Amino acid sequence: METDRLKDRPWVMRTYSGHSTAQASNELYRLNLSKGQTGLSVAFDLPTQTGYDSDHALARGEVGKVGVPICHIGDMETLFADIPLDQMNTSMTINGTAAWLLALYIAAAERQGVEPQALQGTTQNDIVKEYLSRGTYIFPPEPSLRLTSDVITYTVKNAPKWNPVNVCSYHLQEAGATPVQEVAYALCTAIAVLDTVRASERLDAAEFTAAVGRISFFVNSGVRFIEEVCKLRAFGQLWDELTRERYGVENPKLRRFRYGVQVNSLGLTEAQPENNIPRIVLEALGVTLSKDARCRAMQLPAWNEALGLPRPWDQQWSLRIQQILAFETDLLEYGDIFEGSTVVEGKTSAIKNAAWAEVERVMDMGGVISALGYIKEQLVTSHTERVRNITAGDHTVVGVNKFTETAESPLYSGDSSAILKVDEAAERDQVARLQAFRATRNQAEVETALSGLRAAALNGENIMPASIRCALAGVTTGEWTQTLRDIFGEFRAPTGIGGAAAARTVDGETAQELEELRARVQKSAATLGRPLKVLIGKPGLDGHSNGAEQIAVWCRDAGMEVVYEGIRLSPEQIVTSVRDEGVHLVGLSILSGSHLRLVPEVLTGLRAEGLSDVPVVVGGIIPEDDAEDLRQAGVARVYTPKDFEMLRILSDMVEVAEASA
Amino acid sequence: MTQSPHSTVAALIDFNRQAIARALNLLEDRRPNRQAQALTLLDTLSTLPASAHVVGLTGPPGVGKSSLISRLIEPQVQAGRRVAIIAVDPSSKVSGGALLGDRGRMQLSAEVYARSYAARDRLGGLSREAFSAVFLLRHCCDVILVETVGVGQSETDIAALADTTVLVVQPFSGDLLQFIKAGVMEIPDILAVNKADNQELAQKALSDTQAALALARRPASPESSAWDSPVLAVSATTNLNIGTLSQALSAHWQHLQATASLEKKRAAQHLEWGIGEILHEVGQRGLAALGGVEGARVTWNQQPAHWSVFRKLSALLERVQYRT
Repeated sequence: METDRLKDRPWVMRTYSGHSTAQASNELYRLNLSKGQTGLSVAFDLPTQTGYDSDHALARGEVGKVGVPICHIGDMETLFADIPLDQMNTSMTINGTAAWLLALYIAAAERQGVEPQALQGTTQNDIVKEYLSRGTYIFPPEPSLRLTSDVITYTVKNAPKWNPVNVCSYHLQEAGATPVQEVAYALCTAIAVLDTVRASERLDAAEFTAAVGRISFFVNSGVRFIEEVCKLRAFGQLWDELTRERYGVENPKLRRFRYGVQVNSLGLTEAQPENNIPRIVLEALGVTLSKDARCRAMQLPAWNEALGLPRPWDQQWSLRIQQILAFETDLLEYGDIFEGSTVVEGKTSAIKNAAWAEVERVMDMGGVISALGYIKEQLVTSHTERVRNITAGDHTVVGVNKFTETAESPLYSGDSSAILKVDEAAERDQVARLQAFRATRNQAEVETALSGLRAAALNGENIMPASIRCALAGVTTGEWTQTLRDIFGEFRAPTGIGGAAAARTVDGETAQELEELRARVQKSAATLGRPLKVLIGKPGLDGHSNGAEQIAVWCRDAGMEVVYEGIRLSPEQIVTSVRDEGVHLVGLSILSGSHLRLVPEVLTGLRAEGLSDVPVVVGGIIPEDDAEDLRQAGVARVYTPKDFEMLRILSDMVEVAEASA
Repeated sequence: MTQSPHSTVAALIDFNRQAIARALNLLEDRRPNRQAQALTLLDTLSTLPASAHVVGLTGPPGVGKSSLISRLIEPQVQAGRRVAIIAVDPSSKVSGGALLGDRGRMQLSAEVYARSYAARDRLGGLSREAFSAVFLLRHCCDVILVETVGVGQSETDIAALADTTVLVVQPFSGDLLQFIKAGVMEIPDILAVNKADNQELAQKALSDTQAALALARRPASPESSAWDSPVLAVSATTNLNIGTLSQALSAHWQHLQATASLEKKRAAQHLEWGIGEILHEVGQRGLAALGGVEGARVTWNQQPAHWSVFRKLSALLERVQYRT
């Protein structure tokens, strides 16, 4: 321990994980902890995130895919079996249903004999970035922020070591945000959250100051790691100023910018995926090099994330990166190594000033909720720019648009052997266990607990105590959410694509290619009898709409008429739209791994409507074996992250449409 | 079309949505043999009742037209009425492409037929395809809601298509004054001030709008004299006064029938549309070859009554080609 004495304490090391069932995920967690991981990061499946039980019609094909299904307290207890919750630091990526999953966690802890006061961890609980990027929102902004505020006021009083909100700039970067936009919009979100808490008048001055101190952030770190260092320094300075000036926090400790990080997934490539390891290392440096702006917790993606779900070994490799950085290198032995660097300070103030100007612009528009449409358009525009730069080669991606020659990889031979396959039986098991759970619980207690929840929602009481009673009574995720849906209603977020494309022009080679493509699209009208009309659809619960939005914007810019309805459509809704709109081609985007279930449902529906002549193309993270299955089932084309050249995809789509005319 | 014209027509008037979609694809198809089929189909239909109430909603972007439509159709569908929606979005002048996003903003039950159209070369107005879709749908359902973004030509176009025109504006926005003073639009049949989320806001919005209206109101034209356009403060978000708006729509529809002005209104609209199309296709010179607006009107009215408006238009266009 002597050598460690001078070193800083390392960050909490986690891996974002969870899949199949609570039991399978529990085994994975205990394995990861045995390898030296120091915290847990729970990935929930999409039905849990959007408030549906595993046996709901909308959950079909999604159960256990992108995370673990948690329907009730039994699942939560299984998830943390043999993991003492008073000693664990658990981060939960949960938003629309954050209050509920925290209630289940508190209830499960109670059954372990652990008081809320002892709990450490984080609920992500940032609804704004769900509207803007990630898509697992449920309720409209006002009740959603009220739930966020309820979680904060509850934890400040009852679970003071808990981070009730992780304001996310992470997903803004994934949606295309520049560093300036990332900082600005995250700060605007934090303001909306804290203003709501203050307006609720539930906390006295000291408690409110404590609440400000409990706000943490979840950021992204890209491969331009020097800029990332500056971004995080700027972030920290702005947060310090904002909390002092807007919220009057005097104690500098409570103004500290505390953040966790998941490094960039957007930049990970499917081509030569081993190159992702150096990318991940550099991205980790961006959030650790500067002591004054170092992360509190880190989770690293796996090298093969663009191919599919990582295996335990892949996750271990990423954990080892963190351990080497913290324990082998001298990183933690120094003060801030950028102190006095005019270069870093210059860049930091540039980001800081631009970000603050953007914060003021949003505040002038009435704050982040009023400005959702504006912000979304800004993000789609930035992302369109990024895609254009990659397509035009202005933005080098090694192994993708430059240095593409490669020897055969011993790690990966292009098939599906280098990823984890979720056992298709997991969904059946989960549904069976859920139904057995419902059969054994005390129905009268459930009813009482739910009417308590209803009353709390209607009367404006804090939702947490009633939710914890629901958790203990055996209420399910679907029941909790439906009760609130009935009261709060549902929401559809702006798609941002309307104003996005017109913003910027392309030049050089890309411009010429785009011109050629437009000519081709125009010519196709002669073959098709009318202008080419396409539908871009996102079936299922997956809310990651960045890819679909980009395709929609580019199709429009190429001269197509594009029907885009946003996220979370059922296969039936998509089939109806295809029929009513008379489109020539359907493009489906699915990133949740449920493509083998959802795509065939769309195909079957089309056949039933006599529309089997309308070709379907699919884009997403789709392993080659699955792609082959989809083509066998009648899909015309499958596009994966390695198809990064937008114009080539588009021209291919025109060809497919013409061939089916 | 694989089915015989007869069974197609039967399916259409039965509101079979598969058949409607196919027929609307056909109406858009520019290939000559398909155009001929389309004309035949429209001729057949034009001998049958066109009993749907065509409601046009227009107004500035972001005013909440789509949400309002969602609210309006809910009770209609519940009452078993057959509802169709036509939504029109602008086309990009640069690329010719268009984003058709309206249906994503509507809550559509499976019973509704909804189709989006790009304005194409009509710069924000209604393309011939959108007009023809409405002409066809009038024979197939009970209510048609047409949504257009209030930019460019669309206000005048919508008035030339809808039986009842609703202008949707935001409270305290000055939208109304701009719309009416700019002369792009006559006083609409109904004026809806949306986003009046509560009674208090609704009251303020109403007095603000009525003040604007008083400033803008021009002498009423003789045909509209019997109808006093109501001004309503509504909220699609809180469902405030949506029932009143529905009632106003039915009242106007009944007014058109009671005063026997529906036929007249539609005939005038058809002629106006026809002349607009002639101007679009062959310009002032072409119109002059037909003897100007008056000559075109006379020729139009002399054509066989059982012809569809599309047959009438193409006959007139043929004449132009013959004469020039």
